[in-house]
Amino acid sequence: MPLAALGMTACSGAGGGGGGGGGGHTVNVLMVNNPQMVDLQKLTADNFTKQTGITVNYTVLPENDVRDKISQEFSSQAGQYDVATISNFEVPFYAKNGWLHPLDDYTKADSGFDQADILKPITESLTGEDGKLYGEPFYGESSFLMYRKDVMAAKGLTVPDNPTWQQVADLAAKADGAQPGMKGICLRGQPGWGEVIAPLTTAVNTFGGTWFTKDWQAQVNAPEFAEATNFYINLVRAHGEAGAPQAGFTECLNAMEQGKVAMWYDATSAAGSLDGSGSPVAGKMGYAQAPVVKTKSSGWLYTWAWGMEKAAKHADDAWKFISWASGKDYLKLAGTKLGWASVPAGTRNSLYENADYQKAATAFYKQTQTSITTADPKNPGVQPRPTIGIQFVDIPEFTDLGTKVSQSISSAIAGQMSVEQALAQGQQLAAQVATKYQKK
Amino acid sequence: MSAVDTATTRVTGPAGAHRAAAKPRRAAWARRAPLLPALVFLIVITQLPFVATLIISFMNWNALYPDQIHFTGVANYRTVLTDSLLRASIVTTVELTVAVVLISLLLGLLLALLLDRVFVGRGLVRTMLIAPFLVVPVAAALLWKHALYNPVYGLFNGLLTVVWKAFGSDNPPQPDWITNMPKGSIIAELVWQWTPFMMLILLAGLQSRPAEAMEAATVDGAGPWQTFRYLTLPHLRRYLELGALLGSIYVVQNFDSVFTITSGGLGTANLPYTIYQTFYQAHDYGRASAAGVVVVIATIIIATFALRVVSSLFREEAKR
Repeated sequence: MPLAALGMTACSGAGGGGGGGGGGHTVNVLMVNNPQMVDLQKLTADNFTKQTGITVNYTVLPENDVRDKISQEFSSQAGQYDVATISNFEVPFYAKNGWLHPLDDYTKADSGFDQADILKPITESLTGEDGKLYGEPFYGESSFLMYRKDVMAAKGLTVPDNPTWQQVADLAAKADGAQPGMKGICLRGQPGWGEVIAPLTTAVNTFGGTWFTKDWQAQVNAPEFAEATNFYINLVRAHGEAGAPQAGFTECLNAMEQGKVAMWYDATSAAGSLDGSGSPVAGKMGYAQAPVVKTKSSGWLYTWAWGMEKAAKHADDAWKFISWASGKDYLKLAGTKLGWASVPAGTRNSLYENADYQKAATAFYKQTQTSITTADPKNPGVQPRPTIGIQFVDIPEFTDLGTKVSQSISSAIAGQMSVEQALAQGQQLAAQVATKYQKK
Repeated sequence: MSAVDTATTRVTGPAGAHRAAAKPRRAAWARRAPLLPALVFLIVITQLPFVATLIISFMNWNALYPDQIHFTGVANYRTVLTDSLLRASIVTTVELTVAVVLISLLLGLLLALLLDRVFVGRGLVRTMLIAPFLVVPVAAALLWKHALYNPVYGLFNGLLTVVWKAFGSDNPPQPDWITNMPKGSIIAELVWQWTPFMMLILLAGLQSRPAEAMEAATVDGAGPWQTFRYLTLPHLRRYLELGALLGSIYVVQNFDSVFTITSGGLGTANLPYTIYQTFYQAHDYGRASAAGVVVVIATIIIATFALRVVSSLFREEAKR
């Protein structure tokens, strides 16, 4: 009877990774169902479990569900899971809430892991306010400008490696209509804090604006924020993709692949799809750094990382899992088993020095690396910030604030309301959030 | 078979009643007992979550501030009722529901009248007309967003190109449908989904028209319009009411179209979408629950009036 019960529990939590392992060493992992994570799950049993004898029980959920489940699990500290995928948006305030296990002691003891090899801005964005490290990246991305080399060449245009927003706007105007039905540039316009707000906030940063000052004064209707927003909206209205108020990452990826736009400013991870096998624009793409105005760089920073729950029941085994999944050897394993184009990139310097990876990602590996390494999550604009974060403000309220403001921005792109109106509404909402923090 | 059943019931009836009178309570419970599990199940499934929602709606509960969970009285309700975004979403919900129900009723009536005639391939046409109602709502919304409305590769603009080309023009208009009429595009998608439902209900109504009365009307020299106006429409009245009531209940709850087609942008956020946002983006369980409770109360009030109207109609019908 006890034996049967044991078998039951071993199976119930497992999304994969085999049945009950010998010796009772297990790690429970809650993760998002992105393709790279699913690859990891497939490679676990034959590699990690075989080497260490630790069975990994995965629970794999879509992004919205996983966020909800993770915040419930970590806030209650139930110890049901040892490790979960959290992004650099959550790590700092999860750490502040005391939900995460600091990882410094493990990284020091585990010489093979080589923390120094992890790209510095990524490590920085996973560090808490107390200076301790709370997450290890699985993959990371920044944002940059993607363009059609062939279209630009045919029009006699050159895209600088470090363009300014003004240059990008001029290029967009000139490339507009280069081919029948082709627009100048694709910029996200779909409502959502993770959609239009992300690229727009990087523009705001480099135009000299910010959501909040260091002492929590809302700045959404300040002149710099307004200038950046006006610029972004005018550009997308004049030379942007058709259907801009509904266009997010997916729609822009389609537009770029279908030859409906000449340029696109978005996540570096898009390059893998654009230059991947089966893409109609593969080999025709050029890449440049995120457009700037007053700052030296303006790419964003996003990473899915492993966080260990403070109440983790198998902390030491959990570290072994993190060390394997975020380690150098996993990149090699994924590269040889699944192809170098689909390795979880954007985390380690050594990957960018790997000849096999360089060959698979010739067109964009350098620009991606530069883009991530020049990102500065602590100081992304021209003034000191109250929290860490480039394309977001690292407070729990930002998801709601960003999404509400994004709906007005989207309406402004559609021409239903003026930018002034949209930002006045945004300022009101931001001021409410700011009041809460001024009291603290 | 059923005749035999009723006969035996009649025979045993008085004897059973006699025994029941002796132990009325026990007999009553014996009769209810088989239903009890279902009743308990129903209460657990539907009423307990509501009670939990009711309790949470009086709490300050933000998932990301687990150390600040406590009762706050009516604070959430005050926020909900004074929130301009939520009020706007109530108006949007009413607009969407009224427009979708009325238009799909009208189109459904037209289609039902056409389908009521006998013609070759009627069964096939009926099945094809019902198809939109069988498509999964979120798939239908995706189809409309990408395959039809998309200004670049959508079918609507493709059709315009073909028509314009046929007349020798290389510069067809390519409107951005969703941006130009965000509410209209959501309404059109929902009307497409809900017209078959209305059509089915009204077709059932049409086919239950008493044939003698129709014949008598023709003999008395009534024209088609008069027959429709004074016989068909009064007969269809309760079917129209039923369609409107059921349609409203479902369309009020619509989430898929708004979520998929506009992500709540351009003033299309309806109540379910706003509540979703409060729950998943703001992680504010208290406020989301309060908004949910307000919606339930409002729905109960409206449904009570609507049901009263419908049931009074049924009573009228019974008296006749």
